[in-house]
Amino acid sequence: MNNVLGDKKAIAVLLGPALLVYTVAMLLPVFWSAGYTFLSGNAITGFTFAGLANFEKLFSDPAVGEALWFTIRYAVVITIGQVLLGYMLSLLYVFALKRGSSLIRTLVFFPVVLPTVAVALLFQKMFEIAPQNGLVNSALNAVGIGSIDWLGNGSTAFLVIVIMDLWRSMGFYAVLLYTGLVDIPDDILESARLDGARGLHLIRHIILPLSLPVLLSSIIFSINGTLKVFDSIVALTDGGPGSATTPLTLLMFRTSFTYGDYGYGSSIALLLTILCLIVTLFIFRSSRRDLTKD
Amino acid sequence: MTANTAVPTRTSQKPTAAPQRPRTSPVKFLKRVPVQLSIAILLVVEIYPLIWLFMGSFKTQDEFLNSPVWAMPQSFNFDNYVEAWTTGNIGTYVGNSLIATIPSLFLIVLFGVAAGFALEVLVWKGRGTVLLVFLAGIMVPGQMILLPLFSAYFQVGLTGTLWPLIITYTATGLPLTVFMMATYFRAVPREVFEAAALDGASMIRAFFSIGFPMVRNAVFTVALVQFFFIWNDLLIALTFTNNADLSTIQVGLLNFTGEFGAVQYGPLFAAICINVLGTLVLYLFLNQRVMKGLAGGAVKG
Repeated sequence: MNNVLGDKKAIAVLLGPALLVYTVAMLLPVFWSAGYTFLSGNAITGFTFAGLANFEKLFSDPAVGEALWFTIRYAVVITIGQVLLGYMLSLLYVFALKRGSSLIRTLVFFPVVLPTVAVALLFQKMFEIAPQNGLVNSALNAVGIGSIDWLGNGSTAFLVIVIMDLWRSMGFYAVLLYTGLVDIPDDILESARLDGARGLHLIRHIILPLSLPVLLSSIIFSINGTLKVFDSIVALTDGGPGSATTPLTLLMFRTSFTYGDYGYGSSIALLLTILCLIVTLFIFRSSRRDLTKD
Repeated sequence: MTANTAVPTRTSQKPTAAPQRPRTSPVKFLKRVPVQLSIAILLVVEIYPLIWLFMGSFKTQDEFLNSPVWAMPQSFNFDNYVEAWTTGNIGTYVGNSLIATIPSLFLIVLFGVAAGFALEVLVWKGRGTVLLVFLAGIMVPGQMILLPLFSAYFQVGLTGTLWPLIITYTATGLPLTVFMMATYFRAVPREVFEAAALDGASMIRAFFSIGFPMVRNAVFTVALVQFFFIWNDLLIALTFTNNADLSTIQVGLLNFTGEFGAVQYGPLFAAICINVLGTLVLYLFLNQRVMKGLAGGAVKG
């Protein structure tokens, strides 16, 4: 039996192509890119050995510090926003709309599948001030508030990015958390209600602890995704004004392709990868410890 | 019911429900007002921007500059769409996106499902490790592989074609596909494949005539998820298409404003609408499956 199920030829034929493509176009480049960090130059002009110069620059470059700070700020704000709004929506689906939530869930999820570039251009026009007031400024003018140059200022531009990304993704986290809430057995909720637990009390002491695992995995997915943010920022602000909204991903892209410095670009990419790795491992570990304690 | 008939009461049909209803109904209604209000606000916030976008795609430049932003278009003609599709090159971009997306999807599904089968159904030493190696690929940011791939495509002479996109999409799509397919194959009873082996089928045959058909629903879901990732991708397309003739729809749309000099609102809105249309149609028909699939692929972030 195991001879057939362990047939070497079948393994080679079925796994071979995937493993080959994955190794050549993904695994190998990861190590190759790590090797670039010791070089300077690019594919067209040729490379020269630079030793640890790229790393020395990485730790003293104010642009990297600024981009790192923006990336962390963005990841924290968006993760909290996504999971919080998603959780509130999922509670709404499960406990207020109950069986009738399907249509609302489907509608709120819709922006998730839209191309990020399309959404970003739409928001650019909504928050526009020149040459023409967009939807938001027109609404502000209508209630007697002056127009605001939303994308012309670092802090308001950050606000627009946050609003857009939450608009785009809260339906996704709502559905993710919804599947966790639906799994809570009805008899537990019923007996809690019989014991007099109501409203916020019920949420805090019964529903929140029971949905903790799915909340934690949502947070991991969210951080993992937000650290890699690229599309929405490139299309909405292109990192500006100045470099006020430039995350590490965009800084790496600019360094490599606009300034043609592959070695330094790879160093920034490595920093980003290590950041993703640390966050993922850290959260996995702490979540596991908490779960065993319960 | 038997208890009701035993006790004679004035209320004829439902003796327990009737006295309660007038008491709780207004309270219940008032309790639901905040819920209904928040749903209404939610729907306006989520849907109105899209309606505004759609209306804008029919407006003329003059209407954009001189009418209030929330005004309805004066006429519904497709001038803006024609302009975007031809002068704005959106037609070419959509074509490029299709040429890049369809072969990538085909390769991802074929290779990924086979690998999932080999890693979950077949029995061999080291398969756990190989699955972990694939899993690690989900976490790696795209920036970590762009530069070596760019150099390699340049040296091999693929720059200037859509091949770099197809290869890169296939490679980056595989980890999640392999991971999801291995999970789906775990749910198929092993006895099915053991019976096939007893009947003398080779495992390659068992994969194509039993394994693949048994998970074809899952395959469809995974393909759908990958379609959205590839179609909506900007980073890879921006890196490997340095020539406007090769731009995918996302890159083309990003540079759309630049081509007209001054902002031409109507064509731009129409171009955004065309871009949205593909995913909108898919979502209209397959929304439950898309939601399930994307939630299942959430590890990708």
